Amino acid sequence: MTIRLPAFDYLTPETLEDAAQLLADPERSVVVVGGGTDVVPKMKRRQITPEVLVSLSRIESLHGIRIDESGACTIGASTTLAEIHDSTVVPEVFAAAAGDVASPQIRNSATVGGNLCLDTRCNYIDMSDSWRQASGYCLKDGGDTCWVAPRSNKCWAISSSDLATVAVALGGSVRLTSVRGERLIPIEALYNNDGMSYLTCAADEILVELVLPRGNGRATYRKLRRRGSIDFPLLGVAISARFDDAGMCVFARIVLGGIASAPLRAIEAEEFIVGRQLTDEVLEEAARLATQPARPQDNTDTGSRYRKWMVSVFVERALGDVAGDRA
Amino acid sequence: MADHILAIDVNGDRHRVLVTDQRTLLEVLREDLGLTGTKHGCDVGECGACTVLVDDKPVLSCLVIARQVDGSSVQTVEGLAHDGKPDLLQEAFAELGAAQCGYCTPGMLISARSLLDDNPDPTTEEVQAGLAGNLCRCTGYIKIFDAVRLAAARDRGL
Repeated sequence: MTIRLPAFDYLTPETLEDAAQLLADPERSVVVVGGGTDVVPKMKRRQITPEVLVSLSRIESLHGIRIDESGACTIGASTTLAEIHDSTVVPEVFAAAAGDVASPQIRNSATVGGNLCLDTRCNYIDMSDSWRQASGYCLKDGGDTCWVAPRSNKCWAISSSDLATVAVALGGSVRLTSVRGERLIPIEALYNNDGMSYLTCAADEILVELVLPRGNGRATYRKLRRRGSIDFPLLGVAISARFDDAGMCVFARIVLGGIASAPLRAIEAEEFIVGRQLTDEVLEEAARLATQPARPQDNTDTGSRYRKWMVSVFVERALGDVAGDRA
Repeated sequence: MADHILAIDVNGDRHRVLVTDQRTLLEVLREDLGLTGTKHGCDVGECGACTVLVDDKPVLSCLVIARQVDGSSVQTVEGLAHDGKPDLLQEAFAELGAAQCGYCTPGMLISARSLLDDNPDPTTEEVQAGLAGNLCRCTGYIKIFDAVRLAAARDRGL
């Protein structure tokens, strides 16, 4: 039986100004749609039922990738993951991570704006409507209990965007637009560690573009998933780091994805490796420190203890990637 | 919720279809145009059975809002054969028995056609990557991979 989409108005503004106006409508519930690969399944399952979908696809200025004089790479929100993966000017680690998202068909539709704003995911909500009705709608679904942590008053749904994790590690920024104007914020400030209000921006703000500074260090992304194709990350580890001529680490960002409701910085581990050579002992201790902020729950594939263990394994491997030809 | 006239080119034929905003491309193809070669599988973007080419790129038609592709050209499995002659991929699939129940086959063929158009001589690993978004629940992948490489070799005149 075909699952039909619920009724909605589909609007296709051709300018950003028109799109911002449509989102400012206080009378109707409006959701922005890029490629639709996140929004459409959620609407089919009645997780969200907006009255209006505003498509960004006809706004020319949101398509494409450019490099400015400083070497920063700006990626328009409507650029597809396939275009990013195939690009030769996007930072290599970001292009590779885009190729690790979902399947070839989804990467041809899905956009970078959509991936960065990907709704948080959980075993108790990414289910059919009949399943959710039978089990009782959870907190994120309009109910009053989080089925992952019933005594908790917060939602634990997981940030599952590969590109968010990498963009935070690279120190990226996002430009947001609304009828009130435009602002550029560090992408780290876009996310909130709460499964329900996981984005800090206002509901009528549109993510216009991602800006990645020119990297002068090394970066890597490692993704844990059951199948090498299709799956969302059960854990993503992105690291960017710089070293001096003697091989001493002078800057590090270690970011964990798929483990909380926002990309998480492993700050203690970052501080520990700065000022040190990445010897095997240092890698091991940094990996141990990186597990401290991780509180995975049993709300995705595999168990929470396994995923916490994997944080140390993946951080150690990822640090090995950036340490490269260390002595 | 208003009706719109959708203009799409499907397998080289131009169509104008009256659609509501919530119509998906899969529904238009199967229910309005009667092109039931494109299969309806999971409905939520996990299986690849509904894969079609939109402007030469494979996408999942169950996730495409029809109005999103207004003015585009679409190719379905019905458009693979030419002048009554099957595509080399279709011949290779039939010859090697690369279909068991056959439900994933149209999606596999479309993804494979796109792969070979981009890369005429793929390794087995590249075939696997190209078909990563197409699930076969009969687990007949080996013959499918072999058939794609056989068709590729014949396409190159080997």
